[in-house]
Amino acid sequence: MTETITTTDALVIDGVALGSRLIMGTGGAPSLDGLGAALVASGTELTTVAMRRYAAGNGGGGGDAGTSLFGLLLENNIRVLPNTAGCFTAREAVMTAELAREALETDWVKLEVIADEHTLLPDAVELVEATEQLVNRGFKVFAYTNDDPVLALRLEQLGAAAVMPLGAPIGTGLGILNPHNIELIVSRAGVPVVLDAGIGTASDAALAMELGCDAVLLATAVTRAQDPVRMAEAFKHAVIGGRLAAQAGRIPKRAHALASSAMEGRPDL
Amino acid sequence: MARTVPTSNTVPTSNTVPETITTDVAVIGGGIVGLGIAWEAQCSGRDVTVIDPAPATGATFAAAGMLAPVSELHYQEEDLLELTLASAARWPEFVAPLIAAGHADTGFRTTPTLVLGADAADRAALADLREVQLRHGLDVEQLTIRQARAAEPLVGPYISCAYRIAQDHQVDPRGVATAIRVQLNLVSAERGRLREEQTSIRRNAVRLLHADPGNTHSRVTGVVLADGREVHAREVVVANGLGAPQLAGLPEGLVLPVRPVFGDILRLRVPGHLQPLATATLRGLVRGVPVYIVPRNDNTVVIGATSREDGSGGVSAGGVHQLLRDAQVLVPAVAELELIETTARARPGTPDNAPLLGRVADGAGRDIPGLIIATGFFRHGVLLTAIAAHTTRQLLGDITDLAWERFRPDRFSPALNPRKETP
Repeated sequence: MTETITTTDALVIDGVALGSRLIMGTGGAPSLDGLGAALVASGTELTTVAMRRYAAGNGGGGGDAGTSLFGLLLENNIRVLPNTAGCFTAREAVMTAELAREALETDWVKLEVIADEHTLLPDAVELVEATEQLVNRGFKVFAYTNDDPVLALRLEQLGAAAVMPLGAPIGTGLGILNPHNIELIVSRAGVPVVLDAGIGTASDAALAMELGCDAVLLATAVTRAQDPVRMAEAFKHAVIGGRLAAQAGRIPKRAHALASSAMEGRPDL
Repeated sequence: MARTVPTSNTVPTSNTVPETITTDVAVIGGGIVGLGIAWEAQCSGRDVTVIDPAPATGATFAAAGMLAPVSELHYQEEDLLELTLASAARWPEFVAPLIAAGHADTGFRTTPTLVLGADAADRAALADLREVQLRHGLDVEQLTIRQARAAEPLVGPYISCAYRIAQDHQVDPRGVATAIRVQLNLVSAERGRLREEQTSIRRNAVRLLHADPGNTHSRVTGVVLADGREVHAREVVVANGLGAPQLAGLPEGLVLPVRPVFGDILRLRVPGHLQPLATATLRGLVRGVPVYIVPRNDNTVVIGATSREDGSGGVSAGGVHQLLRDAQVLVPAVAELELIETTARARPGTPDNAPLLGRVADGAGRDIPGLIIATGFFRHGVLLTAIAAHTTRQLLGDITDLAWERFRPDRFSPALNPRKETP
C-alpha cells in the first residue's frame, strides 16, 4: 500500500515509505465514524492502536469496517502501529508486543513503558530494558521516550527503528516544552525522530517539523477537539508547512530591523 | 437446576407437531428496549411475545439508568441530542402506568443532576461544553462551589466548578424491567392469553421466517426458536442488542454494525450515618475522565462507568480502581461505603453512536413489511427506551416519524439504502 508512494519527500522507516509525516493515535475518539473521518482528513498512513485497549478480534487484524477499529484502518489503507500503552514494566511491554505481532502480523511496535499514572512519563530504565529485548526478538521498535538527548541516542544504539521523544506529557496539550532538547536529539539521530505526545494545536506540530523532526504523532489533540475532522485537517497542513519551512532554510533572527527591499542599487533621485 | 434428561438420542418432540405460538408482535430481546417496546405495543392493544432466554440480564442489568440528555451531550452528536431530549420528555408518561399499577420500584426520580469538575482543565472543558449546551437552548445553571456543597454537603472541597441541570433525571432499569415483565403477563392473562409462553419465551431466537422462504426481502412472518418451534407474528421487532447481527434470515445486504463496548459499574450501600450520600445525581469530570454517582431510593449508590473495547467481559480490576478513585474526588465519603456489587456488561456500540431504529428498505425503495429493528442504543439504552417504544408503536400503526429517519437501521447498508455522504 504505502510502498508505491511516488512523493519525493517520503518518510522511510524500516524500508517502508510513508507519504504522510503525520502519525495518528486513536485514543479518546468519540465515535468510530468520527475517528474514521478524522483519520482520513489527517491524511495519515500510519496509526497507532493500544493493544491493551482494543481487542484485535477473532482471527487476526481483520473485521468489518463498521464494527472494529482494525477494520476501519484496513478499509482506509492505514498501516497499524500497535503500541504498548498501559504497560509499566518491560515484561508487560514485551508480552503485549508479542500479542500484537501474533494478532496483527506486524513486527512494528510503538514501545511505551510508563512510570506512573499521574505523569504518564516513560520509565527510562524499563524502556531501555524493553527496547533491548524487543530488538533481540526481531521487533522494529518505535521507542516513546523522554526528551532526553542521551536516552534517545542510547535507544538508537540498542537498535530502535525510530525514536519518539515527547513534547510534553501525554494528553496535556502543552506543546513542545524543551525545543532545544528536541533539536539536539534530531541533530544526533541516525534513525527517524518522531515528536510524540504533548501536541495541543497545529502550531505545535509545525514547530516540531521546523525543529527537524521527521514526523509527528498525536491523538488527543484531534480526538478530543470539539471538531476532530477540522483539527485533523489543520494538523495535516501544519506538518506539511513545518516540513517545508525546515527544508527551505529560515532567516536568522536579528535584533534590528532589515528592510525587505535593500537600499543599494536604487536610483538616486 | 432440575431437569429431565432423555435417555436416548431421539428428539422428544419427534412424534408431535412442534407447537406454534401465534402473536401480533414478537419482540426478540428482553432487555429494557425490547421490554419497553413490548409494553407500549401491548398498551396499544396488541398481543405481544418477548423472546429472550434470560430477560433483563445484559446491559439492562448493569445500567445506572440516567435520563440525562443534557449532561450526556457530546460534541458532534447534535443529531442524537434531539432524540435523547425527545425520549427524556416521554419518560414520565412511559413510566406512569407502571407506577399507577403499583410498581413503586421503578426508581423514577425527578431530582436534578449536578455536574462537577475536578481540576482546572476539567473546569475549562465543562465551561466549553456549557457553551454548546446553552447554544442548544438547554438549561445549565452555574453554581458556586459553596452553593453546590450546600446542596450536597458530602461533595468534597477539591472541586473546581459545579453546574446544576434540572432536567436530567434517573430511573432504576432493573426495577422498570421487572415491572414491565409483571405487567406484560398480567395484561396478557386478562386478555385470555393464560400460558406464560404466549407472552414470554425463554429461548433464543435463531431465524426470521419470511412469506417467501427463498427471499429475505419478503415480508417477515415470524421467528424460529432454538428448540425448533415457530412463533408466527404480524410484526417482528429485533431488539436483542449485540445478538442482532447473528440472527439468520435478516434481509440480505443488511449490515448491523454493532460492537461490544464493555463497561464496569459498581453498586455500594450507604451506611446509616452517611445517608443520604447525595440527593442529586453527581456527574464528574475528574482529570479528564468521566465518572458518576447515582443515588437510589434504597440507600445504595451506583458508580460508573468505564468504557473498554478490550474484548474482556469480566470486571476489570483497573476499572474498579479508577471508578473508586475518581468517585472519591467528588465525594470522599465513598471510601466509607460497602461495595456490594461489581458488574461488567457490553453496550451495543455503533459507528456513529446512534441507534439502529426503524424499518429496513428492500433495495427497491420499499420497506420490508413485518420487520422492525431496534438495537445499537449504546450508552443510551435506558434513556432511549421511551422513544424506541413510541417510535415502534407508530411504525406498527404504519406511521413513520420523518425526524427519526436518520436513525434507520439500514443506514450502513449501501445495498439497501445508499448512505448519503456526509460533508
